[in-house]
Amino acid sequence: MSERTLAAALNAGLRRALEHDPKVVLMGEDIGRLGGVFRVTDGLQRDFGTERVMDTPLAESAILGTAVGLAYRGYRPVVEIQFDGFIYPAFDQIVAQVAKLHYRTQGAVTMPITVRVPYGGGIGAVEHHSESPEAYFAHTAGLRVVTCSNPQDAHTMLRQAIACDDPVIFFEPKRRYWVKGEVDETLDASTFPMDRARVVVPGDDVTLVAYGPLVTTARDAALAAQDDGISIEVVDLRSLAPLDLETVESSVRRTGRLVVTHEASQHAGLGAEIAASITERCFHHLEAAPARVTGFDVPYPPAKLEEHFLPDLDRILDAVDRVLGRRNSLTGWKA
Amino acid sequence: MLRSEISRTSAHDDRTDDAQAGELDPADRRAGVTGPHPRTPGAVLQLITPDGARRPDADLDPWVADVDDERLAALYEDMVVVRRLDIEAVALQRQGQLGLWPPLLGQEAAQIGSGRALRRDDFVFSSYRESAVAYTRGVTMTDLMRVWRGTAQAGWDPRSIGMATPSIVIGAQTLHATGYAMGCVMDGVDSAAIAYFGDGATSQGDVNEALVFAASFAAPVIFFCQNNQWAISEPVGLQAMRPLADRAPGFGIPSLRVDGNDVLAVMAATRQALDRARRGAGPTFIEAVTYRRGPHTTSDDPSRYVDPAVQQAWEAKDPILRVERLLERSGHLTEERATAVRSRADALAAEMRRGCTGLDAPPPLSVFDHVYTSPTTWLVRQRSQYAAYLAMFEGGGR
Ligand SMILES: Cc1ncc(C[n+]2csc(CCOP(=O)(O)OP(=O)(O)O)c2C)c(N)n1
Ligand SMILES: [Mg+2]
Repeated sequence: MSERTLAAALNAGLRRALEHDPKVVLMGEDIGRLGGVFRVTDGLQRDFGTERVMDTPLAESAILGTAVGLAYRGYRPVVEIQFDGFIYPAFDQIVAQVAKLHYRTQGAVTMPITVRVPYGGGIGAVEHHSESPEAYFAHTAGLRVVTCSNPQDAHTMLRQAIACDDPVIFFEPKRRYWVKGEVDETLDASTFPMDRARVVVPGDDVTLVAYGPLVTTARDAALAAQDDGISIEVVDLRSLAPLDLETVESSVRRTGRLVVTHEASQHAGLGAEIAASITERCFHHLEAAPARVTGFDVPYPPAKLEEHFLPDLDRILDAVDRVLGRRNSLTGWKA
Repeated sequence: MLRSEISRTSAHDDRTDDAQAGELDPADRRAGVTGPHPRTPGAVLQLITPDGARRPDADLDPWVADVDDERLAALYEDMVVVRRLDIEAVALQRQGQLGLWPPLLGQEAAQIGSGRALRRDDFVFSSYRESAVAYTRGVTMTDLMRVWRGTAQAGWDPRSIGMATPSIVIGAQTLHATGYAMGCVMDGVDSAAIAYFGDGATSQGDVNEALVFAASFAAPVIFFCQNNQWAISEPVGLQAMRPLADRAPGFGIPSLRVDGNDVLAVMAATRQALDRARRGAGPTFIEAVTYRRGPHTTSDDPSRYVDPAVQQAWEAKDPILRVERLLERSGHLTEERATAVRSRADALAAEMRRGCTGLDAPPPLSVFDHVYTSPTTWLVRQRSQYAAYLAMFEGGGR
């Protein structure tokens, strides 16, 4: 066990993967000498060479397209997209090729590609550097989509993603890169699979589902709610495709109330899928309509307005009040 | 040698002549132009040497025949001003007044020389680093700051300035420029579009597709590539095994390789390209060979990848110093004038600082504005719910 930042935990995960499997290769813009703009690949080119840790020309479609070719050839590419908003040039390769090749070839070809994407806002960045595009990928059959919320998961889940024979879009919560936590590097794939959700705060009154950067916010909200005598159960979803609905369902069956939060816009997002699925599965256990606390249905705004886009502790607690039938912004706060 | 090592050598100077250079490009053929482009491919065109000597060039000279010492002094002033503004912007970022700034230090001549070659009715499609081009288009000091302060995603109205909102997504704007140029042809006007992009951008599919479209439609567009040797930490040798300008002929687009630190040569090359565009002779690719002397952006740490010796070598090729030397020699840069230029630069920097610090965060509910041309019931509802939420705090709630 050692204390590491989330970024360093990812770095250690990549290092282990490179050591463990000679077929693992890293590709991306500025990942070599610079060690990536967030330093997640720091030192890896020095230690594993330019053949296994490749700075690529500046072209995302080409990065994914050549990763497909490498996968055909038996390699296990781990590619870095520098920022969420720059994955779109690669969208065609991911959605039309990476996601479908296993199905198209009736299982003859696997695409064990991991696409690492720093995502989400809250860092005061310029346009295209704060987006949460996970729903586009979660909507695409054939892709696994996961995201981590803490250093231990970052490390273990990344190693599981790389070892996975399906393509995995691995979303990294960039505003939590510098958060520290204990990391046990001996935990392996069998420990706790990456496609399982985890209850991170137990509670009885409301189920609060979060993932990635907002898990910390959700935990804080649960802590704050205790002061009002409200017991929130926080579920860290971890996998966005497939969804571990069983874990969410068993929580909601106890609490009867569901709040889902994510930074991505609401319309046709993960919150919609979870609310619909849970409503279908345990309608009679619900005491209130599920609530979503999400980014608004607008493009990600300029940095000085991002606090008015991103869900925060207060907006989450307002939704908690709503599902509990307490006074809230919609009923009118003033007595 | 590993192929990845080969890719890291930037041996771009030992090239042979390209057979294609002698051929008549299709755009010229369509326009009835009779001769091939006269250039030896790969030669870096220069009119002012780093020591400030004026070098004659039979092909370029006619394009800047009107640039006498007075006009050269004006270009000098432009460069001094934009360097001063750039320094001020970096300081503003360090002081927490800007979220980010992409410095242009070293690229003043490339941007001023090309920007000042344009007509009012031409249209610029740039990347994020072209603040000096924006300056030549008349963007106000305050408007230059908005995006980087994080109060807006566009600093100015593109149509009134004749310059699109800079594209942060690498390469996208080259297609926009091409489409705009196609529109100019359809409208029967002789305006042109110019696309600014970097050496790194040349690897993007969008840029290559723009070259294809521009050639196919003989679009009046100039592909102005500032090869500043770096794409963040990646040297240009990783993007291209040969000079970037060499790519264009393969697309049927004539190209020039110009000393990007020579404001006069850049202006001449751009005017020549604009002339082709206006005559209906189609696109031109200009590679302005320059150097990014600052960090990629204020978030970058170039000490991880830049060789200080290379950096110094480029400082000796400074774009401003060479014009200063030339003007001094001809007696057109008196101490008095130099002082006047400096104080104008300082005044504009002060104006920019005032403009910057005066920019407040927009009102919260403006996040819902302009998503569509008319409001949707869906968003109106989200907006009013968020207004109610905010009111809760004003009412002394939670
Ligand atoms: C599509 C896309 N991918 C990645 C990035 C991240 N990025 C920003 S600038 C840059 C390097 C650009 O280099 P170059 O084109 O040479 O322009 P320069 O910054 O040198 O002016 C990269 C990779 C981006 N903005 N857009
Ligand atoms: Mg560059």
